[in-house]
Amino acid sequence: MDDSHYYHAPDLARFGEMGKGAPELWEKFSAWYGAVFAEGALTAREKALIALAVSHAVQCPYCIDAYTTASLEQGSNEEQMTEAVHVAAAIRGGASLVHGVQMRNHLERLGM
Amino acid sequence: MGVLPTLQKQRHPLASGEAQRRRLAALPLARSFESALDGVGLLPLAATGIEILQVNVGKKCNQTCRHCHVDAGPDRTEMMPPDVVDACLRVLAESSIPVLDITGGAPELHPEFRRIVVTATGLGRRVIDRCNLTITRLPNYRWIPRFLADHQVEITASLPYFQARQTDAQRGDGVFEDSVAALRELNALGYGKPGRGLVLNLVTNPVGAFLPPDQRAAERDWKRELERRYGIVFDRLFTITNMPISRFLEHLEEKGQTEAYLARLVQGFNPVAAAGVMCRTTLSVGWDGTLYDCDFNQMLELPLGQALPRDIRDFDAARLAGRPIALGPHCFGCTAGAGSSCGGAVA
Repeated sequence: MDDSHYYHAPDLARFGEMGKGAPELWEKFSAWYGAVFAEGALTAREKALIALAVSHAVQCPYCIDAYTTASLEQGSNEEQMTEAVHVAAAIRGGASLVHGVQMRNHLERLGM
Repeated sequence: MGVLPTLQKQRHPLASGEAQRRRLAALPLARSFESALDGVGLLPLAATGIEILQVNVGKKCNQTCRHCHVDAGPDRTEMMPPDVVDACLRVLAESSIPVLDITGGAPELHPEFRRIVVTATGLGRRVIDRCNLTITRLPNYRWIPRFLADHQVEITASLPYFQARQTDAQRGDGVFEDSVAALRELNALGYGKPGRGLVLNLVTNPVGAFLPPDQRAAERDWKRELERRYGIVFDRLFTITNMPISRFLEHLEEKGQTEAYLARLVQGFNPVAAAGVMCRTTLSVGWDGTLYDCDFNQMLELPLGQALPRDIRDFDAARLAGRPIALGPHCFGCTAGAGSSCGGAVA
């Protein structure tokens, strides 16, 4: 076990060890997770791209590795994947900026 | 990337099949291929017949693709000698094997390519040419498209992606542009068009260390994009997994990705794909006449099992049709995900 830093790439393959503390919860999570990513109203490719974008929004390095591979294996290309990351970045940036309205509201309250 | 020297030319440590087998055997895999087969009741894996005679006529090629399992290239000199060609054609004539699959290298570079095609089609066999497309752009080989059309040869052509950057990254600078020109010429001859009897299938290998996408979804994309961008039509798209041998193994080693890629293949083991692997219905012939279970075993110099005929000149359908298949860790490449074969996904 490498505990010299918090994020360690091989730990992704050990994700299943989370089942040791609460096996029933892990089984429920695994079943639900599998169902979420199955082909449905959205294609498996679209879901992988959404997951890739969300991975960047929540800044999970394990998820970024996993869904970069998954997106490629679902047939997405570098351009599509980069655009998905821009969507995440735009939402994060926009989310900061839209709070500026709250700032403006408070400015209004305090100002003359 | 221009035309690179082959591993053999570089005297690379991974140039020999034996060295590649040693490297693969040293990998710490979660399980062996044999144990994976055993777990789903498929051990020992045996052939179920010989439906395809796949003849590798030589290792010479005008390209040096990054993923090539043959280590083919312009500097290779191995070519099937005339007596071995004769033996292959005799086996076709004296057996009921319905399909001749001609591969290489660039098979059209073989001086007897035309004789092989004419004889096999004359015997009424379905003949497949594994064409790299760019060979048809070389001045001495402009005859290929018309010749193939005249003899109703089925073309299985390599095109990793419908964009230049990815295609050229795998196959060399300018390959995409030449491939588009070749496909347009084939279309003009009737290839890939309904009702003409001229079959044009495309093959895509991932441009990197990941599994291919779903074949049906990718085929829809390829058809839409190739027609929209270039006016090109074709029949089917075959998705093929990169096999961790030869130049792709060297690429994985260079990137430090060998273990991760093999782990991905092992993790993706699919029992349905395992039941449908191509070696069960294919017999592979090397340039010198040696028999193998598949083109990958051929490049790894992994021979047929003991007590079996090992040369096309000793062909014996009764003994070869149900033979046990020689296995190795590389076999996970044919059973991962939707599986992989010379005819694309199998599951």
